[in-house]
Amino acid sequence: MTAVAELMDYAEVVERFDPVLGLEVHVELSTRTKMFCGCANLFGGKPNTHVCPTCLGLPGALPVMNGRAVESAIRIGLALNCEIAEWCRFARKNYFYPDMPKNFQTSQYDEPIAFDGHLDVVLDDGEVVRVGIERAHMEEDTGKSLHVGGATGRIHGAEHSLLDYNRAGVPLIEIVTKPITGTGERAPEVARAYVTALRDLLRAMDVSDVRMDQGSLRCDANVSLMRKGASEFGTRTETKNVNSLRSVERAVRYEMTRQAAVLAGGGTVKQETRHFQEADGTTSSGRTKETAEDYRYFPEPDLVPVAPSREWVEQLRATLPELPWERRKRIQQEWNLTDEELRDLINTGAADLVAATVDAGAEPGEARSWWVQYLTQQANAREVELADLPITPAQVARVIELVKSGELTNKLAREVVQGVLAGEGGPDEVVDRRGLKVVSDDSALLAAVDEALAAQPDVAEKIRGGKVQAAGAIVGAVMKATKGQADAKRVRELILERVGG
Amino acid sequence: MTDLTRLPAAELAAKIHAREVTAVEVTQAHLDRIAEVDGLVHAFLHVDAEGALATARAVDADLAEGREPASALAGVPLALKDVLTTKDMPTTCGSRTLENWVPPYDATVTRRLRRAGVVILGKTNMDEFAMGSSTENSAFGPTRNPWDPERIPGGSGGGSSASLAAFEAPLAIGTDTGGSIRQPGAVTGTVGVKPTYGGVSRYGLVAFSSSLDQAGPCARTVLDAALLHEVIAGHDPLDSTSIDAPVPPVVAAAREGASGDLSGVRVGYVREFAGEHYQRGVLGSFERALGQLREQGAEVVEVSCPNFAYALPAYYLIAPSECSSNLARFDAMRYGLRVADDGEHSAEEVMSASREAGFGPEVKRRIMLGTYALSSGYYDAYYGSAQKVRTLISRDFAAAFERVDVLVSPTTPTTAFRIGERVDDPLAMYYADLCTIPANLAGNAAMSVPSGLSDDDGLPVGLQIMAPALADERLYRVGAAYETVRGPLLDRVPELKGVSV
Ligand SMILES: [Zn+2]
Repeated sequence: MTAVAELMDYAEVVERFDPVLGLEVHVELSTRTKMFCGCANLFGGKPNTHVCPTCLGLPGALPVMNGRAVESAIRIGLALNCEIAEWCRFARKNYFYPDMPKNFQTSQYDEPIAFDGHLDVVLDDGEVVRVGIERAHMEEDTGKSLHVGGATGRIHGAEHSLLDYNRAGVPLIEIVTKPITGTGERAPEVARAYVTALRDLLRAMDVSDVRMDQGSLRCDANVSLMRKGASEFGTRTETKNVNSLRSVERAVRYEMTRQAAVLAGGGTVKQETRHFQEADGTTSSGRTKETAEDYRYFPEPDLVPVAPSREWVEQLRATLPELPWERRKRIQQEWNLTDEELRDLINTGAADLVAATVDAGAEPGEARSWWVQYLTQQANAREVELADLPITPAQVARVIELVKSGELTNKLAREVVQGVLAGEGGPDEVVDRRGLKVVSDDSALLAAVDEALAAQPDVAEKIRGGKVQAAGAIVGAVMKATKGQADAKRVRELILERVGG
Repeated sequence: MTDLTRLPAAELAAKIHAREVTAVEVTQAHLDRIAEVDGLVHAFLHVDAEGALATARAVDADLAEGREPASALAGVPLALKDVLTTKDMPTTCGSRTLENWVPPYDATVTRRLRRAGVVILGKTNMDEFAMGSSTENSAFGPTRNPWDPERIPGGSGGGSSASLAAFEAPLAIGTDTGGSIRQPGAVTGTVGVKPTYGGVSRYGLVAFSSSLDQAGPCARTVLDAALLHEVIAGHDPLDSTSIDAPVPPVVAAAREGASGDLSGVRVGYVREFAGEHYQRGVLGSFERALGQLREQGAEVVEVSCPNFAYALPAYYLIAPSECSSNLARFDAMRYGLRVADDGEHSAEEVMSASREAGFGPEVKRRIMLGTYALSSGYYDAYYGSAQKVRTLISRDFAAAFERVDVLVSPTTPTTAFRIGERVDDPLAMYYADLCTIPANLAGNAAMSVPSGLSDDDGLPVGLQIMAPALADERLYRVGAAYETVRGPLLDRVPELKGVSV
């Protein structure tokens, strides 16, 4: 299809060029209803079942603003340290596309609800980068096209296309950064950290599902390069279809190496939309637009202006939850973590999960150890984000509680967690179903101890002779006999009692 | 027996509610009249005899069981402009693109009419998507003026007004974006009211220009118009621009006006509404009307509204701009005419070919005008400037209404012109709305009430009355008072039976 692009070695790229990033993140709000009509805002569903005259753009139908969505937009703006407009309007963005029922998108243009803010982003080594926020504005999502036939799943080469308008009119917030400069070789990492921070923030605020895999958080990455010492930005490309945090980093890195090779070879970067290919981590040219799109924006005459009173804005500010970074600061103090421990916690994406586990009654050290070690391994093995593992902090807290009360050993506890991850139910259900309770009945254990001692009289003799460490072999045999469901400490006590007695 | 088609709606309602005559008899009389004359007049695009009779029967049944009539107009027939959605009848907007389209929902106006027990006879002819001043732009052929079948009935709502003048219906609904209720009212000798913008819901009114469109009542008397106004007006949560305030007391005002006394009422005539574009007979009629208002006790003064001179050009930027966006949805993807869908053409090509085939020349002209006016680089000069003119016109009105209670002018500069006379001269056609456009741009209330016949051609002339926003009742007070001294008019409409063209 496309020729393999020349790439420049990354070290050389950052030696010769300065990257400039611009990130546009679209977030679907998890309001009960759509932006401008009463249809349910639900992911999936049988095609074209969550639709009405308004979101289908039928002649004569009119939009009515979803007050909850406006509220969420203002809260997001406040959390991003933005100014909140005293008066703003929606605008129509006009262009033809079959998945857009009215052939215009109701959006905001030069009067966004929130503008001029920032988000502080923590990198892996603890460095903090302040990313400027240009604006956050409200708009509606489009429907979805499914192109049938043809190899690429794109419209070109397809035999026919199917349209599903369930998503049409779902409330979106578009958050646009100011140009991010001066990050050098760390640009890809900054991009990923920014989207991660934004995701954590929005999740903590409970305004969106922020599922990149389901499209409720989508990122377009604008990347350009300028030669070292230059003051004017280079031509940028906009990469779409970046569907995971890891992809954000890869896409930026790939564009840097690709653009650098083009520029070094005396070429010019074409201003275009590119698509990220998850499979090989490359980007490919989208359809080239022969002429610049003219969206013919004008104020939406079917809606009244939004003029949030200052009192309302302050009321909303008071509803902001403890923001993730504030929470982390508090956690570090309360749990007495070193910077490095806190960083591990953040890098694995575990901080909020650990905190929630602690909130559910677990001891911080235990909670941290489960999430940062065992569960992180599980997430890596399954190639999912830690937060997307099918286990809740409350369930982890319950497992910890079972260990603490002696009902599970650490080994059994891991088996219980495996069961939960496998979808067998909550911890207690898995314990019941798999029969994983610690055998704490001394009479049952004594029988196993006696049996093991009888089977290895020489070992029993050694123990009697004072070689207490030899008891390990008997403990092992008992544990094997009880399928690991015995408390090893209690088994050892019983052995010594038996031999000594 | 009285010819039921000659009676005003108020009298018909009184007879029906007193059970002197049944709603079915009244409805049947009008259906018979339609069958008799509409072959010539062509006021209707669709007649729903069965639906109308069913509604009438339900009203009669209610009354027979001793229930109160659902409204002051229960059982009275009405002609509905084909731009308001009806779930049991096609809604074509006079366009090939919507031929046979039956909406899945009722407009709020339609719903209120049904709730009030008003009998909807059918849907009336109009200029395609309400763009025009003669009803010649209907894809389904022109409507003829009952006063002279060689002449236009005005537009865009020529079907509604002609149905009144031809005694096919005692009541009709029109929509007015630049004069489409008032100008047809003037040239057919009937009453037409454009309520305050936001006074009547636009939900289900297929949009031409959203910030200007307003549905309103058409009738043969001012009182009938007031009764209909009360049925259709009032806040609608489905229309964000709908005014959340009590409906002005229009019926009470019409009854008060019927005394003929205008003592203490200050009437201003707009100096700028005179000159080269005005027919001598129209100005003569207007002079006589001013004299009559004085005799009735009104204080008549001259006022100046200098910015009204820019109303027409501003209108022809704003209305086409909004229409270019509003009509984008007619893309053959979800409803409406689809051509070139032969498996050989892309979705984009099907859209383009369908729009080419579905829209008439005037609609295309305005879409192109509007697309140009909104395009980048021209927006400020065209759309932006037009919005400024709009503000200036509102200020002219505000200043005038500090001095007077209502403003008056001729409704239209000339009487009905001949069919075909202006089709090749869009500018001449646009002048028909010279006097009516300012009220749309400012969102005021305005009425056209017949002011007799022009003495140069014997055709009807309209007197326009304009009131501040939310003061619609002033129109009815002055209009009803003027009506008492003007004398009967519609009994001079020539007999249409047996006439053919
Ligand atoms: Zn909907």
